[in-house]
Amino acid sequence: MSETPIDLRSHPFVIDLSESAQERLSECAVGTVHWEPGTKIFREGGVSENCYLIMCGIVAVEAHSPGRDAKVLQTLGQGDVLGWSWLFPPYRWTFDAHVRAETEAVQLDGVKLREYMDTDRELGYEVLFQFSRLVVRRLNATRLQLLDLYADHS
Amino acid sequence: MQTIPESTQIDPMAPVPCKVTAQWDVTEDTFGLRLAAPAGYSFQPGQFNMLYQFGVGEVAISISGDPAYPESLVHTIRGVGAVTKSLRNLRAGDVVGMRGPFGNSWPVEQAVGHDVVLVAGGIGLAPLRPALLHVLNNRNDYGRVVLLYGTRTPRDILFQQELQEWRGRFDMDVLVAVDAAGRDWHGSVGVVTKLIGRAPFDPHNAVAMVCGPEIMMRFTGRELVTRGIQPSMVYLSMERNMKCAVGFCGHCQFGSAFVCKNGPVFTYDDIGDLLDIREV
Ligand code: FES
Repeated sequence: MSETPIDLRSHPFVIDLSESAQERLSECAVGTVHWEPGTKIFREGGVSENCYLIMCGIVAVEAHSPGRDAKVLQTLGQGDVLGWSWLFPPYRWTFDAHVRAETEAVQLDGVKLREYMDTDRELGYEVLFQFSRLVVRRLNATRLQLLDLYADHS
Repeated sequence: MQTIPESTQIDPMAPVPCKVTAQWDVTEDTFGLRLAAPAGYSFQPGQFNMLYQFGVGEVAISISGDPAYPESLVHTIRGVGAVTKSLRNLRAGDVVGMRGPFGNSWPVEQAVGHDVVLVAGGIGLAPLRPALLHVLNNRNDYGRVVLLYGTRTPRDILFQQELQEWRGRFDMDVLVAVDAAGRDWHGSVGVVTKLIGRAPFDPHNAVAMVCGPEIMMRFTGRELVTRGIQPSMVYLSMERNMKCAVGFCGHCQFGSAFVCKNGPVFTYDDIGDLLDIREV
């Protein structure tokens, strides 16, 4: 974790939030993390307590199956958010996250942010709204992926 | 709408015999076909030819070669129908019939002084290649140059060697995403539209050129406009079944336009609404 002061405001997820929500998020920032390729950030089933705002790099979200190569579902990069399982019970990761290229991210303490959101409903709404947008975008992208657009459909 | 360059062919309905100078595999289902162009032939980036395989039929194929060297006429073809599969069997020295070039062109002149964003999906990279080569041949005339390319798997990536060269240049950005990949792929996995948000260009001074399956272009167009590019600065290349290629038969009708004559390149401004209609 680096000692350099963390400036979240340049991240697309944070940019649209109100000043006060940005401040709250900054209070939840634990530090900047650097990962080398090959690092497992988390595994399916593990306790989910953090959220990562990716500044640069590539992280693969993968599904594993016994005796087979993991399947890469999607990769996340600059400007993406990794991890929302800390938001909803049972607070467990639903997939693996595996670093593909050197990555830098800001780690947020999800448990602390959740507590803030529970006590300050305005903040809760704002952050949840932002996460909903993210989820919808990701869902739409996944739907397009499922269409297998470039296959020969003739 | 784009201006239509003059066809360099005397009778646009009569195929001219052209000698095949090379044929090579690009991917499992895609191949390259280079023809010796007739004397005086030239083309604009984005135009297409009708290739006629004697006894089999005729098909519209975009030109994927360098417009600075029109005598070496390159097509990149996906072998999926009877004619294209038959074209795949051609070898150097064989002869194929050709009409063209037809259609309008990518807005490479209008893009001078602007950032250029090329978004390709699958085989859509082939029709965009002449535009990119033109831009790179005249690099100082343009701002930032960005190529975003999405395809099915790493095995389906076209122009692999060239993509690596483009990626190695200091004066352009290349982002590639595949829909599905194993762990041996170290690039991005996901749809090409996801690359738009992180691509380095100034949306207020950019011209975008998009080519790929229609659904991909619909979503790409929306995403580019959301990023801030004017709809009139987003150009899409449409694909339709071509027969005459000169605006006579109506086979390629798209709304009130004929793709062969008024297109294949249209602005999002012109056809964005049509892309949303279920039956055109
Ligand atoms: S192909 Fe005949 S009008 Fe376009």
